[in-house]
Amino acid sequence: MTKVTMTVNGKAVSGDVEGRTLLVDFLRSDLRLTGTHVGCDTSQCGACVVHVDGKAVKSCTMFAIEADGAEVATIEGQANADGSLNVIQQAFQDHHGLQCGFCTPGMVMSAAALLKENPTPSEAEIREYLEGNICRCTGYHNIVKAIMAASGQDVEVIAAE
Amino acid sequence: MYAFEIERPATIADAVAALQGDDAQALGGGQTLIPTLKARLAMPAKLVSLSGIGEMQGVCHSDDGALCIGGATTHATVATEAAAHYPALAALAAHIGDPAVRNRGTIGGSLANNDPSACYPAAALGSGAVIITNTRSIPADDYFQGMFTTALEDGEVITEVRLPVPETANYQKFVQPASRFALVGVFVAKFPDGVRVAVTGASENGVFRWTEAEAALSADFSAGALAGLGVSPDGMIADLHGSSAYRAHLVAVMTKRAVNAC
Repeated sequence: MTKVTMTVNGKAVSGDVEGRTLLVDFLRSDLRLTGTHVGCDTSQCGACVVHVDGKAVKSCTMFAIEADGAEVATIEGQANADGSLNVIQQAFQDHHGLQCGFCTPGMVMSAAALLKENPTPSEAEIREYLEGNICRCTGYHNIVKAIMAASGQDVEVIAAE
Repeated sequence: MYAFEIERPATIADAVAALQGDDAQALGGGQTLIPTLKARLAMPAKLVSLSGIGEMQGVCHSDDGALCIGGATTHATVATEAAAHYPALAALAAHIGDPAVRNRGTIGGSLANNDPSACYPAAALGSGAVIITNTRSIPADDYFQGMFTTALEDGEVITEVRLPVPETANYQKFVQPASRFALVGVFVAKFPDGVRVAVTGASENGVFRWTEAEAALSADFSAGALAGLGVSPDGMIADLHGSSAYRAHLVAVMTKRAVNAC
């Protein structure tokens, strides 16, 4: 076992992990931050997306030891300080950007990474950025709308379907 | 996954030392190796993570104008930092996998793995790159030795990739939509002394140069110069996504598209 130390949602944490312990398992099993989901476990679906040093990564395809010393952000740290939903989360609610909700933590984290890189993405840019996030309920349309709204842009540019 | 030890050295020298033991394997960004470990298709005793080695990260220029990319540089970094100097390479890097994969996957990892459908082997071979390891420099023409096979020895680490920058270049990828690997990808690069054409995704022997097209394009750099040229379906990959004849056909189509986009 190896000791790892990192900052998760602004809080210093540490734990003993095996070499093969994935970052997502450290977050979920050791830290009990179960908002980050494991969907496919093969780095395709994106339900496990978190930010490591500000960059979106699939936490099922990174070892916990590789995040030693890093700043990690998960869905649990996304809400505003007063507990209210942040602008992206609120937009997902307002635009019905989720149905079962399983993919939503990864969708919100990917959306946050996109808007940091590109504050006013086009519909095409949003869809391309979400290539690694799979949703089996919504058909993506309302997720795209929600991200468009969260960026402060007019969602009416997205044709109704 | 089977259990293994993992080390995360901070220097190339420490990484090379750590790789000396039996059954030790280098870990780049892990975007292929970790799924492979999960499937129990590999069982190293020890992994040596290269992600903490600062001297293997980043993009810079050599005195002769080549682009030098550290072996542990992520696709996302190449997509950003190579954009001004080698746009075709940056565009290729920007379309590997998806954004989260590009934030972890590395050029050295991709070249060491040499997946027959990966994008970077086409860029390296098409650019006439030099693969620099902890012990030597390997020209791309000698480096790729077949599907998942390279000139690398056990314990050898790709520390840098040096890519001559062509006058113009373009990469056309016919995407396999589920995996986002290339069903067929063609990298065309025009240098003062000739044109190089590298094809990925098509051959059972991995990335290869289409020398017939290179000769035609070196004489006349236009899609018209490729009229009537084609590759044989013999030895092309055949799977549920496409027959060998389909892939052979795509090689010519994607080469023409790449020339037209140059």
